[in-house]
Amino acid sequence: MMPLAPTHPSCEAAQRETASRLTRFLLPIGIFIVLVGFLAVGLNLNPREVPSPLVGKPAPAFELPLLHQPDKRFVPSDMRGKVWLLNVWASWCASCRDEHPLLVELSRNGVLPILGLNYKDKDEDAQRWLKKFGDPYQLSVVDADGRIGIDYGVYGVPETYLIDAEGVIRFKQIGPVTSELLQQKILPLAKALQK
Amino acid sequence: MRHWLLVFFMSVAVNVSATEKSDLDTEQRVRQIEEKLRCLVCQNQSLADSNAELAGDLRRQVRDQVAAGRSDTEILDFMVQRYGDFVLYEPPFKSTTLLLWIGPFVLLAAAALTLLAALRRRRGAAEEPALDPEGKRVVERVLAPLRKHDEGA
Repeated sequence: MMPLAPTHPSCEAAQRETASRLTRFLLPIGIFIVLVGFLAVGLNLNPREVPSPLVGKPAPAFELPLLHQPDKRFVPSDMRGKVWLLNVWASWCASCRDEHPLLVELSRNGVLPILGLNYKDKDEDAQRWLKKFGDPYQLSVVDADGRIGIDYGVYGVPETYLIDAEGVIRFKQIGPVTSELLQQKILPLAKALQK
Repeated sequence: MRHWLLVFFMSVAVNVSATEKSDLDTEQRVRQIEEKLRCLVCQNQSLADSNAELAGDLRRQVRDQVAAGRSDTEILDFMVQRYGDFVLYEPPFKSTTLLLWIGPFVLLAAAALTLLAALRRRRGAAEEPALDPEGKRVVERVLAPLRKHDEGA
């Protein structure tokens, strides 16, 4: 805009005029940009990723039979003093197969014990599935009717929980574990917790 | 909606004995609780409406807990502890949801104030500016010859 001498009354009026016209156009544009920003962020959020209220809380207790030795039972407090992964899986779950090779590989390294919670599955199917694709689990427990799954807030198998030495859930993954997630989040966090 | 009709007709048609009445009350309570809860698998359906397997399991939980004599709040708390506030169709009023609850009213108030200010400004512009006595005299002096000219014509 022209630099007008503010002393002259008519110039002052003209300046006021341009200023009001500027706000009249800039204000809607500003609001529009803010709105677009909100929508852009909102549309990029994944509604499936519901923050779990269980992170930072003690892992719910349970007592369940082992998949391979049904006469034996496991309770999470058996793992006191260790940092471990609890992986919820089922033979009917397609994306469990996606993450499975990663878990098998992780179990070979032996950095982190992995325990399986076999969710709403048939024992024979589950055993056959492990025989076919490999068994990364130190042990798997059987949650045939899914009641323990509810205690853990399971709603999209596979789900994976990182539990610390005190038995507190430190991280929860809904959906398959990816190698990226494992390298960047789970393993560093586990290492820090193991100290 | 359909369910309510059903309940209505059932209550009319059936000769409601005392035990049946309490059964019906239980059913109604279970249904009411289920409608307050979201199915996490198909997120835009309530627990009552969803066919997902998890919804079935959670309905069974609700039913068992109602049968065990737990209160509605206890049952809702049970779900929130496991699935978070998201499981509730009506989000609770707390610091993280403050914007959600108050935001629309704040926006409405802001819009109303803007409108009011704009209207006031417009009315102010439309009115003739008031003149001081000195100004009136000046206007009169300028206009008087013109009026005389008009009358003469």
